[in-house]
Amino acid sequence: MRLARQFVKSEASAEDVLQDAWLGVLAGLEAFEQRSSFRTWFFSIVGNCARKRATKEAKLVPFSTLTDAPDSEPAVAASRFAEAGRWPDHWAEAPSPWPLPDEAALGKELAVVVDRAIEALPAGQREVVTLRDVLGLSAPETCEAVGISEANQRVLLHRGRARVRAALEETLGWAP
Amino acid sequence: MGTMSDELLPELHCKELVEIVTDYLEGAMSSAERARFEAHLAICDGCEVYLERMRTVVAISGRLDERVIEPAMKDKLLASFRSWRAPGGRDPVR
Repeated sequence: MRLARQFVKSEASAEDVLQDAWLGVLAGLEAFEQRSSFRTWFFSIVGNCARKRATKEAKLVPFSTLTDAPDSEPAVAASRFAEAGRWPDHWAEAPSPWPLPDEAALGKELAVVVDRAIEALPAGQREVVTLRDVLGLSAPETCEAVGISEANQRVLLHRGRARVRAALEETLGWAP
Repeated sequence: MGTMSDELLPELHCKELVEIVTDYLEGAMSSAERARFEAHLAICDGCEVYLERMRTVVAISGRLDERVIEPAMKDKLLASFRSWRAPGGRDPVR
């Protein structure tokens, strides 16, 4: 459901995606020869159904254009680093540890921040971050489910995580 | 900062470290790259904090899981699953 929701905006669409996916799973079960783990296979079907549906809804650029990601976005804004002086390219102001909450309430608040940040990621990053960090697939499983190379997977994961981190920094501060 | 006398790779700067932090966490580094990364961490509190932040991001993401799945949705899915199975009467999962 989470993966399906990453691609389509409405609850109803996501439900359709999941139903399609289930049918795909059931129809393909006989052909499924355990070449891959069931989980990987299942998520690749959900991903495919969701992409198909999202394309139909015209809410998604074709996936192939997303994996290339021609823009190279820095993980941390250049302004965070010293330009000149004694230590160029070192932290202008070093980050200090986040005061992480113990209380469930604030922990929940952070979860909401992370959830929203993941949802706001570009599609390729979103899918990889969701499969890897939220659903806990391994790197090889994710590559197989999405159909991308290890290197590509790592780039998308790197950029996605950097954006989520930046979102948390808006809440928790850079050097609190 | 330290000398690079017996280092094969040039010294790492914070600005570069943040771009290879995922390679480090993924174990996608050569041992020389790893050594250089860890040598920098040992002398740079800021980068240590940064690495910790990335681990926090991963940890919070991992706790999102499916707790948010709506009960109504679950029922609908189960219903559609059952109706698919019903006609043939055969358990597709075997």
